[in-house]
Amino acid sequence: MAVRDYLRERFFPHIWCPGCGHGVVLNSLLRTVEELGFTKNQIAVVSGIGCSSRISGYVDFHTLHTLHGRALAFATGLKLQKPDLRVIVPMGDGDALAIGGNHFLHAARRNIDLTAIVMNNRTYGMTGGQYSPLSGVGTAATTAPYGNIDPGFDTVRLAAAAGATFVARTTTYHVQQLVKILGEAIQHQGFSVVEVLSQCPTYFGRKNKAGSAVDMMRQFKDQTTPVGSEAKQGNPALIERGVFVREQRPEYCAAYDEVVRRAQGGR
Amino acid sequence: MAKAKLESHHIEREWCKGCGICVAFCPKQVLELDRHEKAVAKRLDDCICCKLCEMRCPDLAIQVTCRKGSE
Ligand SMILES: Cc1ncc(C[n+]2csc(CCOP(=O)(O)OP(=O)(O)O)c2C)c(N)n1
Ligand code: SF4
Ligand code: SF4
Ligand code: SF4
Repeated sequence: MAVRDYLRERFFPHIWCPGCGHGVVLNSLLRTVEELGFTKNQIAVVSGIGCSSRISGYVDFHTLHTLHGRALAFATGLKLQKPDLRVIVPMGDGDALAIGGNHFLHAARRNIDLTAIVMNNRTYGMTGGQYSPLSGVGTAATTAPYGNIDPGFDTVRLAAAAGATFVARTTTYHVQQLVKILGEAIQHQGFSVVEVLSQCPTYFGRKNKAGSAVDMMRQFKDQTTPVGSEAKQGNPALIERGVFVREQRPEYCAAYDEVVRRAQGGR
Repeated sequence: MAKAKLESHHIEREWCKGCGICVAFCPKQVLELDRHEKAVAKRLDDCICCKLCEMRCPDLAIQVTCRKGSE
């Protein structure tokens, strides 16, 4: 199947701004599903609210467009009921780690077999460029006109500490790596987190004088380095990308099935 | 070495928003924005079928079809 066959073409051209990184994530996600050879009925995409969350409207899979911050809660219910579905949960940085931070931690702790994609544009795009828990100190936002004083989370370390069993990071510049990582994440049995640095030229870019979408993607190239590279030792400010955690731990739906079996006492 | 050969390079004009990403990152400078700020493939003879334009387009406006050839 061609990538476009997985799209709901009737909603195109899509609503995202010119150069929005979220479109690149959509592009890579479809390419991943195509490469893995899944049919439309094998995939469910569950999202909350935000520019990023609109992704669920554009893909021709099973889709749920739910509440801001709550996508992982809905996805947990869906996965427990229909464990054969590959459930993918794309979220904004605000969606995933501000209002939805608690769901994120507990989904990781449970190691439920979902693929969480954190589309990190370091701002609340949909509501006009407020700062998020991933904006970082010194950035400008509509709610931080004199500079943000809130330190940012490190999504990778947070996810790993909470118990996610597959954790990776890449950017919209590194599309080949993005497809590879998404493929591994979707096939991983357990909670997978993929952070994707994604450009919001309209708010984060403008507020922080980061230039055009092209400029912002060049910054992703220049400001990141493969995990474990020597470059990081010379320049600690570089952001590492690649796979950070890849481990096996009992998966939540399987553990729950075991409880059901015990409760039924072999009946 | 088997090398992919370009069969067609299609840009959906209605979907293109003129962000310039495909233009900036094409390794062979095949693409340009026209005066309507839409991407056009100007030098298709130089295209090496890497599909990076197709993969990076945030509007899913590009479709590159290649055929496996041999040299
Ligand atoms: C319960 C609730 N609180 C607040 C909002 C308003 N709201 C909508 S989207 C959003 C944040 C969007 O930012 P993010 O999740 O980072 O995604 P982006 O738009 O940047 O992709 C907020 C606060 C809402 N819809 N529901
Ligand atoms: S506001 Fe930002 S995140 Fe939202 S569509 Fe525009 S560029 Fe993308
Ligand atoms: S990347 Fe896509 S939307 Fe941007 S200029 Fe090229 S074809 Fe148009
Ligand atoms: S396939 Fe590669 S070489 Fe050809 S136009 Fe696209 S980016 Fe340029």
